[in-house]
Amino acid sequence: MTVAVFFGCTFIAFGPAVSLFLFTIARDPLRVIFLIAGAFFWLVSLLLSSLVWFITVQISNKNSATQQRGLLIFGVVLSVLLQEAFRFGYYKLLKKANEGLLSLSQEDTMPISMRQLAYVSGLGFGFMSGAFSVVNILSDSLGPGTVGIHGDSQHYFISSAFMTLAIILLHMFWGVVFFDACERQRWGALGAVVVTHLLVSCLTFVNPHYQGSLIPTYIVLSVMAVWAYSCAGGSLRNLKLCLTCKDKDFLLANHRPR
Amino acid sequence: MVVMETAFFNRSVMLRMKNSSRVAGVAVIVSKTEPADGFSPHTTCPNQNTGVYSASYGPSYADCNVTLWNPLGNGLSYEDFGFPVFALKDENQTEVIRKCYEDHNMHVNGSAPLYPLCAMQLFSHMHAVTDTVTCMRRTDLQNRFSVNPEVLCDPLNETFVVAATRLDGRSFFWEKAPAGEAAVSGIVTLLAAIKALFPVTRETPPTRRIFFTFFQGEAFDYIGSSKMVFDMQRNEFVMDLDNVHSILEIGQVGLGSGGKMWMHSDPVSRGNSSVGEEVSALVEKMKSVGTDLNLPMSEPEVSQALPPSSFQRFLRAKQIPGLVLTDHQSAFNNRYYESVYDNAVNLNVTYPSGLSPDEQMHYETDTAKSLAKVATLVARSLYLQAGGQKTELQNITADPKTVAQLLYGFLVQKNNSWFRSVLPPEVTKKDSSLLGSGPPQFYIGLGPRVHGPVHSVTRFVQYILANLTGTVTNLTEKQCQNPSDIITENKDLYSYFWVSGPTSINNTRDPFCVRASVRLSKAISPAFELLEYGSRDYSTWTESRWKTIRARIFLVASRQLEMLTLGVGVAVLLLSLLMTYFISSKAELLFSAAREAPATTY
Repeated sequence: MTVAVFFGCTFIAFGPAVSLFLFTIARDPLRVIFLIAGAFFWLVSLLLSSLVWFITVQISNKNSATQQRGLLIFGVVLSVLLQEAFRFGYYKLLKKANEGLLSLSQEDTMPISMRQLAYVSGLGFGFMSGAFSVVNILSDSLGPGTVGIHGDSQHYFISSAFMTLAIILLHMFWGVVFFDACERQRWGALGAVVVTHLLVSCLTFVNPHYQGSLIPTYIVLSVMAVWAYSCAGGSLRNLKLCLTCKDKDFLLANHRPR
Repeated sequence: MVVMETAFFNRSVMLRMKNSSRVAGVAVIVSKTEPADGFSPHTTCPNQNTGVYSASYGPSYADCNVTLWNPLGNGLSYEDFGFPVFALKDENQTEVIRKCYEDHNMHVNGSAPLYPLCAMQLFSHMHAVTDTVTCMRRTDLQNRFSVNPEVLCDPLNETFVVAATRLDGRSFFWEKAPAGEAAVSGIVTLLAAIKALFPVTRETPPTRRIFFTFFQGEAFDYIGSSKMVFDMQRNEFVMDLDNVHSILEIGQVGLGSGGKMWMHSDPVSRGNSSVGEEVSALVEKMKSVGTDLNLPMSEPEVSQALPPSSFQRFLRAKQIPGLVLTDHQSAFNNRYYESVYDNAVNLNVTYPSGLSPDEQMHYETDTAKSLAKVATLVARSLYLQAGGQKTELQNITADPKTVAQLLYGFLVQKNNSWFRSVLPPEVTKKDSSLLGSGPPQFYIGLGPRVHGPVHSVTRFVQYILANLTGTVTNLTEKQCQNPSDIITENKDLYSYFWVSGPTSINNTRDPFCVRASVRLSKAISPAFELLEYGSRDYSTWTESRWKTIRARIFLVASRQLEMLTLGVGVAVLLLSLLMTYFISSKAELLFSAAREAPATTY
């Protein structure tokens, strides 16, 4: 009964993203709006890159396998660059929007901070990217059969689900680091985001040796997680305090009058 | 799912499959060479309930008590299988299935094979269930009450050309009925006899007229012949039973061992003195013709019943003198009766290699020569029986060339130059469904299309008869299709056919109009006209409607892996929910090194 595989892979791929959405975004309508806008921006970048790829495939030689593979690599690289470009474009747009919102609103503080915007837009990118990566695979996993009649590995579904999980979380972390780098004008960090994105995408060419692509991806994920945590204002001390549950005293001590 | 070679496709194995609860379908790899010890999915006593012998007529002959006609029959076609049984003939398909099995499902050193395993699905959904009575009742109910009635099953019906042999056959599998010895031998013999007789009967017509009839649907409890007798009894046919002087039926005549032919008669009606005298006279005539032709003719030594034949339906209505001509004395010589192996090879119609299709068509095999002899015998006997003069007999000879062409067309390749020249232009067009490549199939199939296309074999025989017995007219196409306006033509007496004609040198055809006294008459069982769906007297065969038949193979993963995936997914989901809740509740603390004011909403 491969409905089990379908649900299993859906939960693996979208579990963290959905729980993040439920607990941190769903209650605030403004965040929901920015999430969806971020997803839309990613979608437009995909549209553009697929347009370019489609045209190049049509004019290429369909019979040459090496040419097709080369085209695929080119397509992937182009898509990554376009996604990052659109992330930058979204950043610029949000900056302008925030200034506009601030001038219009009656409060003197912004309703949503840049840091939160970074997180929300990154998650939006992640949702859409994950959906496009995995939805076709999920629908195929429903069928009575599994992958493998031509000799492919039968761990295809579960590997794809884990990869999608990593990509979604990575997009979120990249969003945070990217926006932070743009705010502080640290172009090195920006470059690092682009490079790691390229690295993770190109690692998938190693498939079907799933260990070759999944393990480095998860290593990159943990590195980016730490980096994003520090960009977002976290530190080792906070983490220690949190884990040892000494938070109450800390908060009282740090309580500032409004 | 069982994939079996032909060697295992027999009654004992298939019944085991039927009784097992673990079998969901069977795919039979039909081998190219027939099984050496014969194979016939029909019953040992074909059509035993609809023949003439019953408890009230010749009870000692009923149920094949005296002679078992089809001893090799295993009755598989009449078993009710609750799962689909597919026939696989294409080499590529079976290769893929074998490879999948060898790669994934083979036992290694006695242990069970590991997942993922190769699996197959067969799609063959049938709308009708239970039996004809239930199915027709449901169809009738729907027709009366619903707006969009869904027909569940259709009475088997077809139209037939009138002559005393059968046109159809069947096998275990749908639409795969080559019916070589069972039907083609009779058709070819009768057509060749007609061609031999026609010029002589025109010049010196005998006292009585000869009425040639080809019955469709005989494999399914004599649909065609029972319909004709039924119409005769109600005076709805061109003649009545009283108009029938005698009947000569051509049974299976293709496998005459040593050239000897047998004449079967009904012992019960021969007890009646007038009928018995007529039959004996006919036997004598045929024996004398046979001696002239060096073709020994005899009657079976023991008093035995008629073999399964359309003649039995006539006897049910009235005791008419008649004979059934076959190549077997008691049991069939045909070891592949009503199976997929009753093909050209079974009839020894094989050609030397290296011949082009046209050369093959004109090549006279031994079978063609012997069938031509039989056709000459039939033609001369019919002429004598019709009251013709003995002196004319030597002018009646069947041409082996015609027989060879007919055999080629009906057994090997229906899309040949001769068939194309006798058929109408719309059929000879490139993508016509009637003239695909390969031999024609003799299964009569379903007929919801009451006014729809006629079965292909019926069409071929109809147009060949028009070619052999018709006259060329110089009518145009429009006039040919509607000759009632023209004074010299009689639409009631004749039929008009617009045929393609032979190809000329520059590959064009010059169609013309042929006038012939060839008629088609619908063969639908009287049970459906009388609405007696549970009739014991007439054929009540119906065929279920279905959706597209297809099959596919794929691998299935082990249950453990599937459950593991689900378990991991649920675990990931729960873990992420927990962690997110935890982080979100402690967010102020975790991200407190923010430079912006903490009065932001979290």
